Amino acid sequence: MLEKAFIGTKKYYGWMTALLAVIGVGFGCYLWQFQFGLGITGMSRDVSWGFYIAQFTFLVGVAASAVMVVLPYYLHNYKAFGRITILGEFLAVASVTMCILFIFVDLGQPIRVMNVLLHPTPNSILFWDMIVLNGYLFLNIIIGWKVLEAERNNVAPAGWLKPLIYLSIPWAVSIHTVTAYLYCGLPGRGFWLTAILAPRFLSSAFAAGPAFLILLCMIVRKLSKFDPGKEQIQSLAKVVAYAITVNVFFFLCEVFVVFYSNIPEHMDHLKYLFVGLHGHGVLVPWMWASMILMVVSIILLVNPVTRKNETVLIVACITVFVGTWIDKGLGMISGGFVPNPLHHVNEYVPTLPEILIALAVWAIGFLVLTALFKIAVTIKEEVEGLA
Amino acid sequence: MPNNKKMYDKGKVMVGLCIFVVLITFPFWYNLGKAAPAPEPKLSEKAKAAKECVMPTAYMKAEHMQILNEWRDAVVRDGKRIYENSSGKKFNMSLTNTCLDCHVEKAEFCDKCHNYASVAPYCWDCHIDPKEVK
Amino acid sequence: MESSRRSFLKIAGISALGLGAKPVLDVLASSGETAAPITMKGENALTAKQWGMVIDTRKLQSEEDLEPMIEVCDKIHNIPKFENKNHEIKWIWAEEFKHEFPMQEADYLDDKLKHMSFLTLCNHCEKPPCVRVCPTKATFKREDGIVLMDFHRCIGCRFCMAACPYGSRSFNFRDPRPFIEKTTPDFPTRTKGVVEKCNFCAERLAIGKIPACVEVSNGALTFGDLDDPESEVRQVLRNNYTIRRKPALGTGPSVFYIV
Repeated sequence: MLEKAFIGTKKYYGWMTALLAVIGVGFGCYLWQFQFGLGITGMSRDVSWGFYIAQFTFLVGVAASAVMVVLPYYLHNYKAFGRITILGEFLAVASVTMCILFIFVDLGQPIRVMNVLLHPTPNSILFWDMIVLNGYLFLNIIIGWKVLEAERNNVAPAGWLKPLIYLSIPWAVSIHTVTAYLYCGLPGRGFWLTAILAPRFLSSAFAAGPAFLILLCMIVRKLSKFDPGKEQIQSLAKVVAYAITVNVFFFLCEVFVVFYSNIPEHMDHLKYLFVGLHGHGVLVPWMWASMILMVVSIILLVNPVTRKNETVLIVACITVFVGTWIDKGLGMISGGFVPNPLHHVNEYVPTLPEILIALAVWAIGFLVLTALFKIAVTIKEEVEGLA
Repeated sequence: MPNNKKMYDKGKVMVGLCIFVVLITFPFWYNLGKAAPAPEPKLSEKAKAAKECVMPTAYMKAEHMQILNEWRDAVVRDGKRIYENSSGKKFNMSLTNTCLDCHVEKAEFCDKCHNYASVAPYCWDCHIDPKEVK
Repeated sequence: MESSRRSFLKIAGISALGLGAKPVLDVLASSGETAAPITMKGENALTAKQWGMVIDTRKLQSEEDLEPMIEVCDKIHNIPKFENKNHEIKWIWAEEFKHEFPMQEADYLDDKLKHMSFLTLCNHCEKPPCVRVCPTKATFKREDGIVLMDFHRCIGCRFCMAACPYGSRSFNFRDPRPFIEKTTPDFPTRTKGVVEKCNFCAERLAIGKIPACVEVSNGALTFGDLDDPESEVRQVLRNNYTIRRKPALGTGPSVFYIV
């Protein structure tokens, strides 16, 4: 089936070549980072995690969202989602690949990464993160591939896949919970030390992931003969609507707790993000944009008239994705580190080489995604006799 | 019965195979007649006078990296700095202050074999070569 | 010859196994040498169950008073000096009261405390969050209570930096060597990509010396075993009111301040 990724239209080749170019540039920047050190990024002694880890955190959420398609189909027999489970699983594969790559480019001594396996440390959440991420990657590769293969050969999927599929459902929730646990157990970081961090991560994941999946379904419909289906897209849209509403609700809970209790140390982080602190406020416009985008998307998605209009739906999905990306991919990390434990304010802005490396990792993800989707869609076309 | 004796694209495959063989044997035919002489690490005066290293020479040649790993775990993680070898002689476990104290010239001793074998241990990123400190 | 490819692969696999067996057996056959070597502590090594430090701020008022401690640590540990504040490495440094003890900040602080400089360093906590989160045990708590870095093992993930509630840790964003004013050959430098912090002069304790900052402090710093009720540091703690940084977090800092 892999050969289907190598054959396509001119647009397909052009897109893959463009991605390879972005990867090439970013890889060059990474070689520079490997030789010089992480000093080429904007990270500092005070903000010691930055863009790379933020992207990793966001993408773990997108990966977990595959469960939103798998769960209704396999546990509750929602037959409609049977058409698109493969798309959700392949999106998870591409996302987890990017997660692992983002962690790798963030390491100060990447050649020693095997130390995590040579010296297993169960009390460290990073140890568990490595296990659940790699496990989820393998689960989705195996499940996706074998189910697709069975569909192509017009047979039922092998029996041993069922337990793996059932396992992937709690496993999806676990990958994002474990990632949240990286942050919410640190005693010195008040912004993250909240029980609601894991639920908030999950809600924002279940908004961003399916929103992106909807956009991918629309693209698939436009560029191929396979139509994921109106009903499928509408069901996904309902998932996004609830998830983004819950996400904003959770955030408002955090705002209440922080400002009603009036504890300065806790207020400082949200103040830094939304109004600036001690004259520093580079993220302020971004955070407000994120809030506005998320509220707009709630209005567009909860209202059935706007949700059913597929053009408006596209806009709503983009606002969800961008809004949650700013929230997790920019605000969450800086918000935790600024002000630092000694109440100094040192801001973080990513540098150009850092952004280029991040773009290269995104491009690798898109490369994997495009190839896998090309395979899946081509086979679906064949099976439905549309080719 | 399927014809499994015919080789498809025979011409292209043969050409490709030849190119592959040429490329993969590159190190051998490129370096023909240019064999570098075996390395001879120079023992410093102090080392010659000491006659014996931490462990017997043959053992050191094969296992010095293993000993250094043992030393780093003992010094850093266990807080133990004295090493008593099998003959009962005691050493302070330090690359810079013991090994290089006796062997003196990193460039003449360590690097001779390492360069030949194309080994680049990153010990020296952190551990100081006394000769390099002005 | 329907299965010729299959039988070829079978024969090739068994041959590879057979060819590979001999070297493996050779290695296993070669037995060990004579008496096994042993490692041990030096005779002078200072030991404790939990090293701790008391800083008498009454004897250290201004930033000048703190300079000898900071300078000697920087010197003997090859601490680099960077222009770019983002990359700065500091093991021990000076902070004001409101930054050192942010939970005890008050509008009407007594004048002395308001303008005083405090020595800031790793607290070598009893229950260190940094040790809890390190995925490779490169940051670990030694049997003598020191929270130590194993620079060989650190992968530079910086999880420990996120976990430390005191901002005690620094990361090598680039090769520090060009930025070290004068290299002390007794102690290694570090390399890019690893985290570092105060090590309670473990290398000096191993040869019977107290930490350098304590040595040059002229009695302002007391160092000893918190677990030994008869130690000098315990006596000082019994006789003076001391505070610690962020005690409510439960980390159990081993550095106390007489205020």
